Amino acid sequence: MPRDRMPLWRKLVRDRLLWLFLVPGLAYFLIFHLGAAFGMVIAFTDYWPGITLAESNLVGVETFQKMFGDADFWHAVLNTVEISLLQLIFYFPVPLGLALLLHSLTSTTIKRLVQNVVYLPHFISWVIVVALFQQILGGAGVVNGFLADHGLHTVDIIGNPDAFKPLLIAQVIWKDSGWGTIIFLAALAQVDDTLYEASAMDGAGPWRRFWHVTLPSIRSVVVLLLVLRLGEVLSVGFEQLLLQRDAVGPAAGEIIDTYVYYKSLGGGGDFPLAAAAGIFKGVIGAILVYAANKVAHRLGEQGVYR
Amino acid sequence: MSSATLKRSGRPAWQEPAKPVTKAAKGVALAVICLLVLVPFLVVISTSLASPDEVVANGGWVLWPQHPTFDAYRDIFRGGQVTKAIGVSIGVTLVGTLASLVATTLLAYALSRPQLVGGKKILLGILFTFLFPPGMIPAYLVVKQLGLLDNYAALVAPVMINVFNLVIVRGFIQGLPEELFEAARLDGAGEWQVLWRVVLPLSKAVLAVIGLFYAVSYWNAWFHASIYMSDSKFPIQQVLRMYVIQGAQLADPSAADAAAVSAPQTVRMAVVIIAVIPIILVYPFVQRFFVRGVLTGAIKS
Repeated sequence: MPRDRMPLWRKLVRDRLLWLFLVPGLAYFLIFHLGAAFGMVIAFTDYWPGITLAESNLVGVETFQKMFGDADFWHAVLNTVEISLLQLIFYFPVPLGLALLLHSLTSTTIKRLVQNVVYLPHFISWVIVVALFQQILGGAGVVNGFLADHGLHTVDIIGNPDAFKPLLIAQVIWKDSGWGTIIFLAALAQVDDTLYEASAMDGAGPWRRFWHVTLPSIRSVVVLLLVLRLGEVLSVGFEQLLLQRDAVGPAAGEIIDTYVYYKSLGGGGDFPLAAAAGIFKGVIGAILVYAANKVAHRLGEQGVYR
Repeated sequence: MSSATLKRSGRPAWQEPAKPVTKAAKGVALAVICLLVLVPFLVVISTSLASPDEVVANGGWVLWPQHPTFDAYRDIFRGGQVTKAIGVSIGVTLVGTLASLVATTLLAYALSRPQLVGGKKILLGILFTFLFPPGMIPAYLVVKQLGLLDNYAALVAPVMINVFNLVIVRGFIQGLPEELFEAARLDGAGEWQVLWRVVLPLSKAVLAVIGLFYAVSYWNAWFHASIYMSDSKFPIQQVLRMYVIQGAQLADPSAADAAAVSAPQTVRMAVVIIAVIPIILVYPFVQRFFVRGVLTGAIKS
């Protein structure tokens, strides 16, 4: 290929317009991602809002020692992991089940209709989702109003620390399980119909076909998503939690991200500590993603990257 | 994939007709699922349309207003913070979506060209940022350093490109037949013309979806506003958060205080509805592209 023998500078000149196309996007990543990465330095300094970074002194890993000695921090980590695992157990299967239900429908019209309804909440902001839940489940909400009208005990769900975690899961299910079906439905649509046909010819009933054709065909997608989720154990909905933490207090509602927020911009003013917690989360998260990807490869799956 | 999808419409020959019990169970399940999604919206719409007295009498909510009234909406649009916030949200959404679409498309196009020297490395670097996102504090420091605090640009610039969207668009462009590019080049088209005349017209579906994703995220955003902006520049979601979730009083000097005090609930629910309306309006136009647009991109990359 003569094209490949072109000297580098000629290639650069030839593609000058493409390089121009790259400018806005690359500028964005350089400033807001790479630039921000340098900002992590403050975790090793005694920076506080009001002085410039240059005026702050390096303090080494002092901040990290302080953080690891902070019971609140470990409490936040524990809460994060707990919420994450609850999501894995109670939320993860829902989109899968819903997708299987939708896939089993023979009427495309009904299928489309239901899909359009269940996708909708994904596009609603967390502020509105929380407002909706307050309206339905809150002290003066629909459910309590109904219970009171019928002379039954009212239940306190919003603002009750004990009910907080189930509430979080319910919100996630309401908001995103419909949207989560998309990837499963795509996997299901790719199943070769001749497999169904052949097994039906061999006398397999609907359940056997479901068990021996449908489930094995989506196994790889399920494993991939499961592994991905494991890689993000420390990431649970920041907005969702921040919106509702005040109602139940930090004991029930503090996660790593809200810890970062309240230690710094949310009033604490301790930027190095917050940055340190952010780094902790980032490093553990990256390790988990890496490990999860390795697990996916072990299981013979593609994983996120090779 | 398309043939398999098509075959799903109607019952294939090998599949026996479903038992009536199964059919009924599925019908009930689907109806319940749809109601679970839709009833909360109905309650909020109804409450926002009810008269304050009715809402108070009923304990804060209404399922079906006896005498629907638009008073709550009129109060909101009489001016004040909610009206301003709606303007801010519309502006940020329009400008942000446009900026994001342009930057994403240009970057995706350039990175989809195989001849670009170092393109692979740049893409890898970008994907890496996806695995290792900047924390809240470093991001805040960058915005502060750039002097963007309390500037509307702080609501757009730090979130201008979403890596997931970028990957989808790039995957889609890469999936276009190479012959198209060859033919255009033989006709003497430069990169700009290839992008404008060949790629963009063919990418309408995927760009519609990405545009919707961006628009939704700009419209729904509130957190960045809460840390970067002052009250007077808050977008609608942040105002909503203050009034509905944190229970602040609607203290608009010109927006009927009487209504706000006597029945904040109708006004609050009206704000909720106003914050949802754009999504509901755009949704039907773009949702038909969802699956096609998202999956063609996601699968190919």
